[in-house]
Amino acid sequence: MKKILFTLLLFFVFCLQAWAQEDDLLSLLDDDDEETTEYVTASFKANRVINLHSVENTAAGVLDIKIGHRFGTLNGGFYELFGLDQASIRIGGDYGITNQLMIGLGRSSFEKTYDGFIKYKFLRQSKGKRNMPISAAFLATTAIQTLRWQNPDRDNLFSSRLYHTFQLIAGSKINEQISLQLSPTLVHRNLVATNEEENDVYALGVSGRIKLTKRVALNAEYIYVLPDQIAPEFQNSFSIGFDIETGGHVFQLHFSNSTSMIEKGYIAETVGDWGDGGIHFGFNVSRVFTIQKPKIK
Amino acid sequence: MKRFALLFSLLVFGFTSIQAQKYFTRDGKVTFSSDTPIEKIEAHNQKATCVLNAADGRMEFAILIKAFQFEKALMQEHFNENYMESGTYPKATFKGQISNIEAIDFSKDGNYEVTVAGDMTIHGVTQAVSTTGNILVKDGKLSADATFETKPGDYDIKIPAVVRKNIAEIVQVTVAVDLAPFNK
Repeated sequence: MKKILFTLLLFFVFCLQAWAQEDDLLSLLDDDDEETTEYVTASFKANRVINLHSVENTAAGVLDIKIGHRFGTLNGGFYELFGLDQASIRIGGDYGITNQLMIGLGRSSFEKTYDGFIKYKFLRQSKGKRNMPISAAFLATTAIQTLRWQNPDRDNLFSSRLYHTFQLIAGSKINEQISLQLSPTLVHRNLVATNEEENDVYALGVSGRIKLTKRVALNAEYIYVLPDQIAPEFQNSFSIGFDIETGGHVFQLHFSNSTSMIEKGYIAETVGDWGDGGIHFGFNVSRVFTIQKPKIK
Repeated sequence: MKRFALLFSLLVFGFTSIQAQKYFTRDGKVTFSSDTPIEKIEAHNQKATCVLNAADGRMEFAILIKAFQFEKALMQEHFNENYMESGTYPKATFKGQISNIEAIDFSKDGNYEVTVAGDMTIHGVTQAVSTTGNILVKDGKLSADATFETKPGDYDIKIPAVVRKNIAEIVQVTVAVDLAPFNK
């Protein structure tokens, strides 16, 4: 009798097991499913927050043409049509060599400066098999200021025109709406105007975005320059604006107290003061072109 | 006593044979294309998961939305961010039934036309769908494929007016999976 019971019991156990598996076919695979790593994408809409680089990279084989524009300051009043009479421009292009390595070139009208950069994203935020809460990138830029020498009679060196910036960018997409980022930065100027100014300027950029709708985001950035490094008339840069995305373009419309759109300028040479209307209206327009199509694998 | 032993072994064998009647893949291919005079959009996914129960004809699919690859990186970003919202709805699934499963002889090679009907969930919206497809049995393995049409609008995927001419109202979907016997 016991054996019958035992057999019946076994029978039920098997049935139950069969039942449990019958319930959801896909769950069969879950047990030995090699979990995949899912990388977080689109922490920011563009590879710039406003002036600062974001943790985003231009995708491999994609050329991103950027036109940046900063009008004069709002406190120019009606005579200057609130700054619209003046403009500072940067025209540039970014190219993705791989999905994690990008380069860029640009030319700014402000101090007739050429700039080039290389950015390598060495850490990608991910979840799943590999759980990584942040993305991080390293940025190195060089700017060449090409204004005529102020004192042509002096012994002028080409190296005096050079500015280098090294920046670590660490960011996290907290959720679908909010992304935050820190950018510790070193700006090196080969030549400075006075003895009081440091050649090396240390700064910390803090930036973030809030996605308002699928196609519009609010961005802000603030760059704190450690004290006693730059001339007292220079301010910390603060910018706030919107990213608006329309198909192939991203329009970034913003207000900033910085005129320059490159690191050595907006970090170490911002003169505008938010307190008395030294604010520039400006925009960045980005248009991407796929130069090399990715292989589908 | 012998009878019980017999019953027991029958049960065990019966159970193992049910086990062998499942087929699966983790690298099924799903492609969709949207064709308009302005733009042709095509995306490929090579990571579809599928399980087929040959005993009763039930079939399930799960597809990771982020695994769709596009020619243009920006398109892929927009697909995930603006249309499919893959952060919120990471997977598309299908749970269905092959209606003429008894017509298929899995023990010998051959090609069979099948009808599949069930529930498709995309972007968090479930719709009843049905389509015809083929199942090819060869050396104990299966190759199944199907082509069908779907409307983004049916799954609450909103397409703004500016790009309405670039994205087709009806999207063609092709599914091709090679299924191997599932043994646990």
